[in-house]
Amino acid sequence: MSLLSTKHLLGINHITREDIELIFKTADNFKQVINRPIKKVPSLRDVTIANVFFENSTRTKISFELAEKRLSADLVNFSSSSSSVKKGETLIDTVNNILAMKVDMVVMRHPAPGAHQFLARHIDANIINAGDGTHEHPTQSLLDAFSLREKMGDLSNKKIVIVGDILHSRVALSNIYCLLKLGAKVRVCGPPTLLPKHVGSLGVEVSHNLAESLEWCDAANMLRIQLERQEDKYFPSLREYSQQYGVTIPILKSLSKEIVLMHPGPINRGVEITSEVADSEQSIILNQVENGVAIRMAVLYLLAGTSK
Amino acid sequence: MKRIILKKAQIDLILTRICHQLVEDHGDFSNTALIALQPRGILFGKALRDKLNQLFNITVTYGELDTTFHRDDFRRTDKPLIPNTISLDFEIEAKRIILVDDVLYTGRSIRAALDAINDYGRPASIELVTLINRKFKREVPIHPDYVGEHIDSRTDDYVKVDWNQNECQVWIITDSDK
Repeated sequence: MSLLSTKHLLGINHITREDIELIFKTADNFKQVINRPIKKVPSLRDVTIANVFFENSTRTKISFELAEKRLSADLVNFSSSSSSVKKGETLIDTVNNILAMKVDMVVMRHPAPGAHQFLARHIDANIINAGDGTHEHPTQSLLDAFSLREKMGDLSNKKIVIVGDILHSRVALSNIYCLLKLGAKVRVCGPPTLLPKHVGSLGVEVSHNLAESLEWCDAANMLRIQLERQEDKYFPSLREYSQQYGVTIPILKSLSKEIVLMHPGPINRGVEITSEVADSEQSIILNQVENGVAIRMAVLYLLAGTSK
Repeated sequence: MKRIILKKAQIDLILTRICHQLVEDHGDFSNTALIALQPRGILFGKALRDKLNQLFNITVTYGELDTTFHRDDFRRTDKPLIPNTISLDFEIEAKRIILVDDVLYTGRSIRAALDAINDYGRPASIELVTLINRKFKREVPIHPDYVGEHIDSRTDDYVKVDWNQNECQVWIITDSDK
């Protein structure tokens, strides 16, 4: 297998297990590259990439930018707050205007789920989804699974629990698709108001009991409470949420084995996990950030290689 | 048509000769490293490393380099170029480097290797050893320093080096039988 089955990375739901394995294999090589004295390779020197962000982003944008620069691509940045979108321009017009300047790939974040599928039908460039509303965030789930694989080996039959705001999280959905494709057992855990109604139909277990879920799992992915997407009250207070669903050192010590802890960031310290847990030996949060660059380099490299 | 041009006994003689030439130039290899090129050069590289050890009791610093990200045909082929692993666990700064590959033909892989090496530092010198030097189709000005065998072949021929455990041999295969 030396070719991705797709021209775009719209979501994990659209790619195969072989695609994921190929991305991981390539990311292993790029991890070597970013750990050597000169962290740059010339592979994408004739490629221009537009980073189009219709929603705020700090780490994903920096991570994509670094990945692009380390592959020697040229890049242009675009964010909706400083653009003609504010003046009423449509998505297709905005992107077509960027493409008219001879751009080969588009990395896009957009608040509307499915915006990338829509765009892929209308434009010629490779499109990479950097988050579409509450739908998917494929590169985040790839780097999560890559970091887990690095820590625990093959993920077949490993038990992973995703805790917190599943309802508003694009990371959760992409993670569920990705981990299931890699053969892991997945459980979601959170208050009933933050779990989608039919989430069990995706093939995951559903639980509302954090202590029991942590005892069950080999690794836990603690999601951020997305207050910016919550129009209604989903739980009485942050304090009550953290008492029910926050991970603390005493909870970790009460478990019969050491589990691996992840967080896609940004962390609300003291809500999903305490500072001591975030900085503990069991947390692989900073490995996730480092692997993010390698995974994004691999995705860009493999998609650019098929664009001819 | 498929024709054997080198058999195991001849390859063994070549290995011995090249090892002698290398020792003549590099002495005890205290400041020299062998770097074999992925994917096919590493079998020849390992054979050279083992032969040096066997003949002169020299433990040579040995690494493997992948040049995929520095190749000049990315986005010019049907499929993306998939990289191989790199294993360079030593500093190359100020070292004398000997690049090892099995077949030198257009010279483009060696050009990529020269670029790739630069990412790790500035070696004192870089030399090239190749088992087979195919003439007549060099596309960049690159010349080997140590050669196993010079071969005159047609552009549409294919030179294949087999490195099985016990049976290493070199074939020339004409276009119709590729």
